[in-house]
Amino acid sequence: MIEIKAVKKSFGDLKVLNGIDLTVDKGEVISVIGASGSGKSTMLYCINALEPIDSGQIVVDGVDVHNKSTDVNKLRRNIGMVFQQWNSFPHLTTLENVALSPRIVLGKSRAEAREIARSQLEHVGLGDKLDVYPSRMSGGQQQRLAIARALAMEPNYMLFDEVTSALDPELVGEVLDTLRLLSDEGMTMLVVTHEIGFARDVSDRVAFFHEGIIEELGPPAQVIEHPQSVHTQKFLANVR
Amino acid sequence: MDYTFHWRPVFRKLPDLLQAGLVTMEVAILAMLAGVVLGLILALVRMSGMRSITWFAVGWIELARNTPALLQLFFFGFGLGAFGIHLSPFLIVLCGLSFNNAGYLAETFRGGFNAVPPTQVKAARSLGMTATQTYLRIIIPQVLRVVYHPMTNQMVWSVLMSSLAMLVGYRELAGETQFLASKTYRIFEFFLATAIIYYVIVKLIIGGSRLLSWRLFRY
Repeated sequence: MIEIKAVKKSFGDLKVLNGIDLTVDKGEVISVIGASGSGKSTMLYCINALEPIDSGQIVVDGVDVHNKSTDVNKLRRNIGMVFQQWNSFPHLTTLENVALSPRIVLGKSRAEAREIARSQLEHVGLGDKLDVYPSRMSGGQQQRLAIARALAMEPNYMLFDEVTSALDPELVGEVLDTLRLLSDEGMTMLVVTHEIGFARDVSDRVAFFHEGIIEELGPPAQVIEHPQSVHTQKFLANVR
Repeated sequence: MDYTFHWRPVFRKLPDLLQAGLVTMEVAILAMLAGVVLGLILALVRMSGMRSITWFAVGWIELARNTPALLQLFFFGFGLGAFGIHLSPFLIVLCGLSFNNAGYLAETFRGGFNAVPPTQVKAARSLGMTATQTYLRIIIPQVLRVVYHPMTNQMVWSVLMSSLAMLVGYRELAGETQFLASKTYRIFEFFLATAIIYYVIVKLIIGGSRLLSWRLFRY
């Protein structure tokens, strides 16, 4: 369970998170929607301590993320993250990209790590690209590689930060299909996205961010089909 | 034009020239190694943004890149000599070349680090890698690729620049040539032979570097 309690964060004078409360239950898929700059991505970065918070508390499986004594490297093993810019490691083959952290972070043997990498790459449909360097792959393939790389750590949670925003339109589908697959398998996911159709079809709940707060939260039938807040209505009218 | 060539003295002294060529390689390689270590430190210091120490790195880099290499050599020779610090000719050359290499390489390294997107660090850390693992496994290999060819150029430059050593009395290849030429008066012949030796050394470095790059960078 991820518990976000009254979290506030500023970049200088800019208040990015202005008191966020959200609980993500095991197996739940929550889509986070809202305008650019409303704090969606920042919240994800705070959950695995890539960004510090100013006040409030984030607790993942009972571990206080921003407590000074928390081992963030250990914490992050349990929280996979996929970025808008897929960030494949260009100097490693697809297989090495995925096998690296199981080996050096989890301490698996070389053979074991390669086996994990192979099965995760097959999982996302890249079984025929094991020895290819990322520069030879499309954005969609690299993004699926990034997903496999995060899954190889066997995390309990996956955070997706606008993973289709930098893709060519024809490549969006294959990545969303991979996300659907994970959701069907019961992965707990927090998905920041501009794909309203995906949010409606796949999520258990949808959170609408507006100026650093969660303005509306509920099942997609409510938030997307019958939004209560003026801001949500305006936002949805604009993206449709 | 009635200069007659006499090659025999050159052939007789060829072993001495080749020996001096090795001395050149030695001092150039040592200066390169020192330059890499010092240049890396200077680049990191400059990027650290700590004003109390960056001025030192910036000053070093500016002097090394914007003053003649010969004057830098003279500083470690006559300059320090004026303060009663007398280095051997070998040390003068080594210090001068290392100082120069470090200045140029610092900027090369800084460019290399800037070429790796900061999001690579975030991606690696999100996988649970420590800062050290991230640097060793993810950042440095990518930086190495960016700085590899500029480093080869600097190594070539280090060899060619080492010929300045003859002006502070060090008998590497150029110094030895000067010495033999003035002893035998076969100035043109000796310097032509030496030019060829420099050429071969440089070609070897470039060829070796290319071979190694094929092994190192498969992507």
